[in-house]
Amino acid sequence: MRTKKVRLNGPSQCIPKRYVIMTATENKPFPGDVHPTPGGGVLVTALDDVINWARSNSLWPLVFGTSCCAIEMMSTAAPKYDWSRFGFEVARATPRQADVIIIAGTIVNKMAPVLKRLYDQMADPKYVVAMGACATSGGPFFYNTYSVVKGADHIIPVDVYIAGCPPRPEALLHALITLQQKIKSGAVREKISIDEKNKTVLP
Amino acid sequence: MAIANDKIKSLLTEQFGESLTHWEEPYGMLTFTAPRDMNLKVLNFLYDTPELAFRFMTDLTGIHYPDKKGEEFCVVYHLHNLVENVRIRMKIYTAAERPDVYTATGLFSAANWMERETYDFYGINFVGHPDLKRVLNVDEMDYFPMRKEYPLEDQTRVDKDDEMFGR
Ligand code: SF4
Repeated sequence: MRTKKVRLNGPSQCIPKRYVIMTATENKPFPGDVHPTPGGGVLVTALDDVINWARSNSLWPLVFGTSCCAIEMMSTAAPKYDWSRFGFEVARATPRQADVIIIAGTIVNKMAPVLKRLYDQMADPKYVVAMGACATSGGPFFYNTYSVVKGADHIIPVDVYIAGCPPRPEALLHALITLQQKIKSGAVREKISIDEKNKTVLP
Repeated sequence: MAIANDKIKSLLTEQFGESLTHWEEPYGMLTFTAPRDMNLKVLNFLYDTPELAFRFMTDLTGIHYPDKKGEEFCVVYHLHNLVENVRIRMKIYTAAERPDVYTATGLFSAANWMERETYDFYGINFVGHPDLKRVLNVDEMDYFPMRKEYPLEDQTRVDKDDEMFGR
């Protein structure tokens, strides 16, 4: 999508007051200025920024956990760590409604086609977090294994990796916030590949 | 009052005589070994006899003893009497050349997947099983990973950082 300046409700008037909407996760303001006018507000922004802002603040994870790391993921979702503070609360039991898949646990050879299939069934834009040593590299099962896939990135592309065995809930929250920042900065895979194909330079 | 191990033992020896061997009671759980071809007879007897009534199969698995000639593979059955809350363990041994064992699926539906698992990891062939295929490993696997046929890791290798691997 091309970056555009859009105006709502006619030309912007010279109203001095600006509303700055802060996002919950970082001290980055809502990517646009709202100018109140007698006939309604005027939003001045780049459309991509608003879309990325909206996407990053309602990431719905897929309910997917294959071993011990999933316990930490459940704890992150539970009231003590409460990831709904950052917009991840609606864990979906179907890939068709999920935005992000958190690979929480060991991926074995038998699970690999299932993981690929779940990823394929998710609607774009979709994001992947590899949680823990197993999902990153095979981890404790890297040597002498007959069943473990040595890193989930052999199967699907990963956006954020988390170190640890298992990572603490804070690390998972940090990874999800990192993913939000990545989305907000527009540095997602699709965009990079499209630009490469069209050989266009980013503005 | 739970049924005593002595009583179970005497009922079993009364029925099967000397063919049941290696009586043990590790941690109070009565354990014995049956001849390979008698596993169903003994299981049936344990199931049907009103005083015994072992009608719940809690576990079924295999063990590989590569050094025991002619008795390389062991199949272990754990049964539970839910009324008396008593558990019992039965073992049978089979040779590696022909690891055929009669299936217990006719008696216990729970044996179905557990026998598939035992086949998956040890390659024990359960004769008469309705659907004997791998359950936990990929179908294309052409070996039985829990058999002690593979060398242990060289304990002297230095390319692994012990601190990282907890050794
Ligand atoms: S990284 Fe550690 S805690 Fe996480 S799934 Fe693997 S073994 Fe379990």
